[in-house]
Amino acid sequence: MIKLTINGKLTELDVADDMPLLWALRDVAKLTGSKYGCGKGLCGACTVHIDGQASRACITPMSYAQGKNITTIEGFSDDGEHALQQAWQKFNVAQCGYCQPGQIMSAAGLLKNNPNPSDADIDQAMSGNICRCGTYPRIREAIHHAAKTLSGEKS
Amino acid sequence: MIKKITRRNFLQGVGLSAGGLTLGMQFSVANAATIEDKSFAPDVFVSIADNGQVTIISHRSEMGQGIRSSLPLLVADELEADWNRVTVEQGLGDTKYGSQNTDGSRSVRKNYIKLKQAGATARTMLQQAAAKIWSVPVSEVTIYNHQAKHKSKGMLDFKDLVKVAATLDVPSKDNLTLKTEAQHRYVGKDNMSLLDGKDIVTGRAMYGFDTELPGMKYAVIARPPVVYGKVKSYDDSETLKVPGVIKTVELPALTPPVMFKMLGGVAVIAENTWAAIKGREALKIVWEHGKNASYSTHDHEAVFIKALDDPKETPRVRGDFDAVKKTAHQIISADYHVAGLAHATMEPPAATAQIDGDIVNVWACTQTPQGAQQNVMGTLQMAKEDMANIKINVTLLGGGFGRKSKPDFVAEAAFLAKQTGLPIKVQWTREDEIKHGYYHSPSYQKLEATLDENNAVTGWYHAMVNHPIMSTFNPMAKTAGMVDLGLGDVMYDIPNIKIALGETETFMRIGWVRSVTNINNVFAAGSFTDELASARKLNPKDNLLQLIGKDQHVDLNKDKYAYSNYGENIKDYPADTARLKKVIELVAEKSGWDAKSQKNGLPKGHGIGIAAHRSFLSYVAIVVVVSTEGNKVKIEDIHMAADIGKVVNPDRVRSQLEGAAMFGASIAFYGEVTAKDGVVEQNNFNDYQLVRMHQIPKIHTYLVDSDEKPTGIGEPGVPPFAPALCNALFNATGERYRRLPLKSLTLV
Repeated sequence: MIKLTINGKLTELDVADDMPLLWALRDVAKLTGSKYGCGKGLCGACTVHIDGQASRACITPMSYAQGKNITTIEGFSDDGEHALQQAWQKFNVAQCGYCQPGQIMSAAGLLKNNPNPSDADIDQAMSGNICRCGTYPRIREAIHHAAKTLSGEKS
Repeated sequence: MIKKITRRNFLQGVGLSAGGLTLGMQFSVANAATIEDKSFAPDVFVSIADNGQVTIISHRSEMGQGIRSSLPLLVADELEADWNRVTVEQGLGDTKYGSQNTDGSRSVRKNYIKLKQAGATARTMLQQAAAKIWSVPVSEVTIYNHQAKHKSKGMLDFKDLVKVAATLDVPSKDNLTLKTEAQHRYVGKDNMSLLDGKDIVTGRAMYGFDTELPGMKYAVIARPPVVYGKVKSYDDSETLKVPGVIKTVELPALTPPVMFKMLGGVAVIAENTWAAIKGREALKIVWEHGKNASYSTHDHEAVFIKALDDPKETPRVRGDFDAVKKTAHQIISADYHVAGLAHATMEPPAATAQIDGDIVNVWACTQTPQGAQQNVMGTLQMAKEDMANIKINVTLLGGGFGRKSKPDFVAEAAFLAKQTGLPIKVQWTREDEIKHGYYHSPSYQKLEATLDENNAVTGWYHAMVNHPIMSTFNPMAKTAGMVDLGLGDVMYDIPNIKIALGETETFMRIGWVRSVTNINNVFAAGSFTDELASARKLNPKDNLLQLIGKDQHVDLNKDKYAYSNYGENIKDYPADTARLKKVIELVAEKSGWDAKSQKNGLPKGHGIGIAAHRSFLSYVAIVVVVSTEGNKVKIEDIHMAADIGKVVNPDRVRSQLEGAAMFGASIAFYGEVTAKDGVVEQNNFNDYQLVRMHQIPKIHTYLVDSDEKPTGIGEPGVPPFAPALCNALFNATGERYRRLPLKSLTLV
């Protein structure tokens, strides 16, 4: 049994130590919002927050996730009201949408460390997340917009 | 023909309640069948429940093109529904919808008028119902935003009208008044939100990978590394020791032709995906690779090039190119190559199947639910009469690009569910997706043009050889395929044209990838056009416009050419040079082409390039600006202009263009699948790379305000990108880049 906190809930999962967090979340905890894209940390579709840091769930073994605080897209906000999720909808960012939970979790990781990122900051932070449909320019726009919204909320 | 639907089980079949008003649409006027008749084959259903909620069935697959948002807009607009009171349900795979094969950029083209008629029919019946309730003439009732209004009687909501409307006769198509473009409230507006937008950003959107059923088990499959390879023997003793592994199942070996059949191999069934993956790693399989193990992409290049010089077919011949070549003042010639390509959908193929007595329930990210149905029928050797027992639930698709119109993965799930008696989800890993694809074939092309003493282009020769897509269906097929996609359909006003095809055998599964052979044909033709501009010392845009020539509908059925025009009559959808020139002029104007393409019009190391093409009946022109420093390339600017006729959902059209540019950039810089000893060498995103965010600038899109019939945009943005890019590279560096991917350059 591996104990960890998923979206604020203390959870016990009967999984192998070497099982990547992604499959534990998807197949065992039945949280399918985090996506499989490569299984090698190459595409970012599986991005979740581990103790607040954007991390690739597909290469994080459960032995490492044990005792940690995990936030997935399902627990990122109550009902999609986070500024990033709002901005994503405002700019109609998604095409197929499959990579977007991972994109949003990576963007949230960026804004946490850098509340007012430049284009270059965004490019750097987001270049680990692949979108095959080609939504990059809109993601950039949405992150800028969300950053403004969030800084407005604070001031 | 539109009929009311009352039969309860018919409604349940599409997930609708029997209350309220439901309209089934049948547009083949030949046989107006009754609802009980099996031949009743509606394209779409509109239903209005007792509470006024409108449900529209989306019968096409959503894979990022926004079709679930766009098609219902047409219905809702004509119906005068409040968009907030519209629900969209995904239709099961069923021939009653007509074609559901979501490919070829044709969902809007094929459904535009039908869906408007569907909405207008329901609106007319609601209007008549209101008139009946109020005892006033129908002409005095207006319908607007989910309400009927009358100057003295007041207003009634759709929910107050449904019961009466359901008792009325369905008006004939001739008695419908469709809205004009100006009357549209949703169609053509740029501010429509995405139907699945919120589900996507909250992680609730359900893709093929996300299906969960009670008692469901997870399968990954070790497939033969070489196509037509077989399992000679296998040892699963270590596999069965992996905690969570339940069993292994051998799949039947593939026999020709490949079609959409299973590849064979050994499946590992487990309690979770990780156990299945670990179990697969522990399998010891002795393969019999078969004859395709002799194939190596590198070695086959010589075969291709030989075939290119000895073409077997000339599907389009205008004038006499060979004669004009003998007397030409100047001959320009260049060879081009585009490597094999994989689809690399972010969501690899996945399907779940569950056998419930005679019923086969499937959930799959398929572009072709009816194709999946047939494939399952064949795989499970079911009788054709039992087809309706195969229920294909179409999930959202995490990208399609043509991969998910090949339902081999659905067959695997159905087969394993049947063999094990368990609900089974088959998931392809990224490596599976890259190594076992239906690839865009590598291609080799030779172009020649003749110039006379006045620098006029008098002859155009374009020869191409690839592994034909037809080989997937007929192993004997050798002649390079898809001549109508960017090869034979060249729209230039040149008196002598010769199109030629070489032959070769095929050793891998070949299929269509977004825009298909337009990718390689237009790369070559669009690049060569630019080479002609240099030879003729003309500005590339002026050269392009000159080659296209006067305003005309090019008769592509002349010149011994049988042109398929994407399945449409060329009289209805002509190859219109005026429209092609218009997108070129639009993109040139908006991108500042005239100034930037002059000598010193851009900073040192920068370059600008242009290309244009009509594909899938749509017209797209692209301008790319690059900067170069040594072998480093930066894409500075992308401008895209499109004429797709009437635009239903401008925001989704723009997003498709944006995505097409990035698809094109990935092809240009990275796309390359190779095989050695019959085995694909690439594995994952480390060696099959795609463009990333820092490499893509803001993309400018421009839509021609057009009153022409609507056409599609899923694919047409792809073909002109790579030639526009390489023409820009030439402008920047003076070097021609005739082989894709651009291995000597690094995209920064």
